[in-house]
Amino acid sequence: MKADPKGVLTGSHYIDGDHACCEGALASGCRFVGGYPITPSTEVVERFARRAPMVEGAHFIQMEDELAASIAIQGAVWAGKKAMTVTSGPGFSLMMEHIGLAVMTETPCVFVDVQRGGPSTGLPTLPGQADMMQARWGSHGDYEIIALSPNSPQECFDLTIDAFNLSEQYRVPVMFMMDECVGHMMERVVIPPADRIEITPRRYTALPPGEYLPFKPGPDMIPEMFKAGDGYRLHITGLTHDFKGYPAMNPEVQEQLVRRLVDKIRLSEPKIRRYEEDGVEDADVVVVTYGITSRVAVEAIEAARKRGIKVGMLRLVVVWPFPEPRIFELACRGKAFVMAEMNYGQIFYEVERSVRGRAPVVLAGHGGGTVHNIDDIVKKIEEAHRCLS
Amino acid sequence: MSVLSELQKASLSPTPDFHPENHPMDDFLRMDRMPHIWCSTCGIGVSVNCFAKALEKCQIPLDQVVVVSGIGCTGRVAGYVKVDSFHTTHGRAIPFATGMKLANPKLKVIVFSGDGDIIAIGGNHFINAARRNIDITVICVNNFNYAMTGGQLASTTPEGSVLSTSPFGSYEFPFNLPFLAESVGAVYVARWTSLHVYNQTVSMVEALKKPGFSFIEVIAPCPTIFERQQKMGDGLDRLRWYCENSDIRNGASTKDVDIRLRDRMVVGKFVDVERPTYLEAMNAHYRERLGSKYKDYEG
Repeated sequence: MKADPKGVLTGSHYIDGDHACCEGALASGCRFVGGYPITPSTEVVERFARRAPMVEGAHFIQMEDELAASIAIQGAVWAGKKAMTVTSGPGFSLMMEHIGLAVMTETPCVFVDVQRGGPSTGLPTLPGQADMMQARWGSHGDYEIIALSPNSPQECFDLTIDAFNLSEQYRVPVMFMMDECVGHMMERVVIPPADRIEITPRRYTALPPGEYLPFKPGPDMIPEMFKAGDGYRLHITGLTHDFKGYPAMNPEVQEQLVRRLVDKIRLSEPKIRRYEEDGVEDADVVVVTYGITSRVAVEAIEAARKRGIKVGMLRLVVVWPFPEPRIFELACRGKAFVMAEMNYGQIFYEVERSVRGRAPVVLAGHGGGTVHNIDDIVKKIEEAHRCLS
Repeated sequence: MSVLSELQKASLSPTPDFHPENHPMDDFLRMDRMPHIWCSTCGIGVSVNCFAKALEKCQIPLDQVVVVSGIGCTGRVAGYVKVDSFHTTHGRAIPFATGMKLANPKLKVIVFSGDGDIIAIGGNHFINAARRNIDITVICVNNFNYAMTGGQLASTTPEGSVLSTSPFGSYEFPFNLPFLAESVGAVYVARWTSLHVYNQTVSMVEALKKPGFSFIEVIAPCPTIFERQQKMGDGLDRLRWYCENSDIRNGASTKDVDIRLRDRMVVGKFVDVERPTYLEAMNAHYRERLGSKYKDYEG
């Protein structure tokens, strides 16, 4: 379906990534944000707080902490809204339990993390990319989520819409992994007319009360939804539950439920996967990167090419699920890899795992606080190139 | 139809004039989930019964009712009531309910959970929802301990109580819940025990009808753990104790209603005041500040 024009601020805007993310949410039909102030994400909720009274059906509430924000949105979703919460590292840590709740209850919603330097309070005003593994594994138990990483304000708008659409399609919480640079970078953002924006509607059941089972999966392993107040009078729990939604404390139901929660994403990886490649086909060295680091990597790749090295770039747009088959394929074709990211090796290990020993992988990483020094990436490209010969 | 086929039919199904005798709670409870997990003479089931009666008296269509629980013994209420019901995370029933109520104000949202859940781990959400005057009813069954995990010290445990994490008796100062609720802005506050089924039901009716944040504390026996550990007898002994030691003092000052382990206990309706709800305040404020640009938020 097409976007509701009431939330779409069609036009050309000179705004930062945080503001663009807010507009993307409104355009995608998000009508409830539960937030809690935290640098460098606050501008997202500031804009939503200002915009909500003017958009029919939209509501913003600043909750008392991130635990509250991350579950208030789930209450709103089960009452029929599309909803998101927005935070940065320390708040993201507090939200972990509710990412697990959203996974277990298959509640479509979006968690925005504008990453800063960590651990702990770390570098509140400076960038980091070190929450990537937390986004993947931070809540207890075994599960799969989807994570996207934008590298410009325009992508903050575009991919926020994709984040909402994926969350509705797969009934999964989607992690929107920005970083301080992308969040605070101001660029031209073009918001198209509402009828050019494709929106995935919630997958409500057409079955009447009595016939509908809230956790009986459809052919694509995803059950249809209901909302509170529709007369279904059903039960939703974070306990392991059967098709009826009733708690079932036994390994058989656990296997059936949790395997499906994992497989519904894992087996759909070819459909969810999204990355951009530049010059990869004839490259000897492939720089894998994402977010703001991808924009620094472009410069480094140019410099390395001038020194005669054939370098390509694979920019992850969807980081989770990870495009393991593509990395393996490139490794089999004899390419070396440089992983450029603002941490000491998170997605690096994922690349290393994916090449299965068939290609050298070199990390160009640092602890955050600023973007990479271009020369540092160039040196790593040269190092990877030497590994080939 | 032949006599034989009549007989065959009769042998396959109950006699033609047989009417199953429904329990009065059948329409309200998920009977396919019985038996429940609560111990014999536990007070939680009594409150569920009172709640069902209150809903009936209020004539609220059950399709619009939502029960939200956290974790713990009382946290299991959501699993047994046949309305849209959500069993959330430990301590976070109130913010879930807040999101739900604000997303669809037509829903009647009730938080039904225990003292450890609502007041200790969820205390921040309790005080902030009351402060905002979110239009929900919070029913807190207070059994003075963490019963689901085997009986540990809670933030409501009376001083001197022996529990597994206070093996020599608690020396912590406990919360006085009505005082706390009133001080942070709850518009309706009452306390009853599991003995006071009539009063409890009346308070639930009043709370459900009251716009804004209404709060009912129910003092309930936990015979398996709390009463046994304090050597107070079983659940029935405890009800007798409630009978002999509860003073009904409606309108009592909440700061005077704190609970000591073996002292007399004050129960009653303590607070019933008017204050705009969160959404009423928001709509009035935006109407004034934004004028005709603003359309009232209705979900």
